[in-house]
Amino acid sequence: MDKYNLNNTYKAVVIGGSAGSFQGIVKILAQLPKNFPLPIIMCLHRLKHVRNGFVEALSLKSTLQVVEPFDKESIKKGIVYLAPSNYHMSIELGNHFAMSTEEMVNNSRPAIDITLGTAGYVYRDKLIGILLSGANRDGGLGMKHIKDKGGLTIVQEPTECMIDTMPKAALALTKIDHVLKIDQIVDFLKELEKHYK
Amino acid sequence: MVQDIDIADLKRITELVYTKYGYDFRNYAMSSFKRRMLRILELKNLNVESLLKKINEQPAFINEFLDELTVNVTEMFRDPGFWRIIRDEIIPGILLNHKQFKIWHAGCSSGEEVLSMAILLKEMGIESDVTLYATDLDVNILEKAKQGVYPAKNMELNEKNYVRFEGKKSLKEYYREENGKAIFHRELLQNVTFRKHDLVKGEIFNKFDLILCRNVMIYFNQTLQNEVLKKFHESLFKYGYLAIGSKESLIWCDIANRFLVVNNEEKVYKKIKD
Repeated sequence: MDKYNLNNTYKAVVIGGSAGSFQGIVKILAQLPKNFPLPIIMCLHRLKHVRNGFVEALSLKSTLQVVEPFDKESIKKGIVYLAPSNYHMSIELGNHFAMSTEEMVNNSRPAIDITLGTAGYVYRDKLIGILLSGANRDGGLGMKHIKDKGGLTIVQEPTECMIDTMPKAALALTKIDHVLKIDQIVDFLKELEKHYK
Repeated sequence: MVQDIDIADLKRITELVYTKYGYDFRNYAMSSFKRRMLRILELKNLNVESLLKKINEQPAFINEFLDELTVNVTEMFRDPGFWRIIRDEIIPGILLNHKQFKIWHAGCSSGEEVLSMAILLKEMGIESDVTLYATDLDVNILEKAKQGVYPAKNMELNEKNYVRFEGKKSLKEYYREENGKAIFHRELLQNVTFRKHDLVKGEIFNKFDLILCRNVMIYFNQTLQNEVLKKFHESLFKYGYLAIGSKESLIWCDIANRFLVVNNEEKVYKKIKD
């Protein structure tokens, strides 16, 4: 029955995406169980100087609340967190966020490698990392960090991606656990939720 | 290349820098501090042991170290909406009570925000009534801030921000270009006092009507954020304003109730209790 061999020890889900990932994200957020037992932490490439509108767009169909967290905000289950524009978003030991305005990484701020990498460091084998469609290599190294710390890694099936550079970068850098289509990622997250009941 | 650095090694570095030079990074937020350290190791081609040795044996290295450690990425008129609020609401509010007043840019970095403020004040026609203080821990970057010279390639973004700020002119009228550099008119900075100041250990040195400290405290942990906020509180006149970055918040701080939120979107607070 449980093809993904899941359990109830995970502490967070972290998702990275760029060009071509928006529709997939919307689809995932629209079908998440209402009492999803983990925080969902997202770092998506976005326009640097447009601060408003993205949370609203993602909230339209989301079953869970979507917020852009503040620096040092505690991370809570059942909330979707979105990295704000023009800041890098890290996870700190002690289960809270930290923002930074450091140099761009992979030509990006927020950079997916930073969010994924710090999440991997904090949550170790209690983390699920998901990387979706995207046009640059940002996120590949972050997925490797997650894998190296024992976390579970998923990339979107490259053939389904509008632009497959990002998932392919991850596949080239580490042994990804599951290569899934968006519908399968939704099934995976639903399956995961059952373990927490 | 060093791929990772563990907390014990980070502590050895901060302890040495503190005991030898008095700079206290022990309460910096770990995630960004660690990235800065990895960056220094890579840039200087060092490992933890050789970095410790260099800090210990070469006092001249400390300024270079501080310069790389502190984050000096900034823009002119970053968050144009913030600058409009400063021009259209905050400064007119201060002017109701004082014709002359003082502004402190705490952690001014390379000075882009100081210059933005100087331009804003000039366009309001009150530049000679306002004294600006710009401070930073890093003497190298302070020197840059004093020059008011920036890479010309940064000007496209700065100009875009300025247009969204709805400035009166074109940003080009405030600088001349030479050899790939944008050299801002010297008189813009004539009412600015630049000085070295350490937010963590530094004394209260003046009283202000407005303090800007945007995207500086994000590099501190909550203990240090609390301490620094107390210093800002003490450095503000009653009913003075404090501006922080759009993704920073005071609500977790011990003395949050001594401030009132004036603008939640742009994170401007007003001191309402001594």
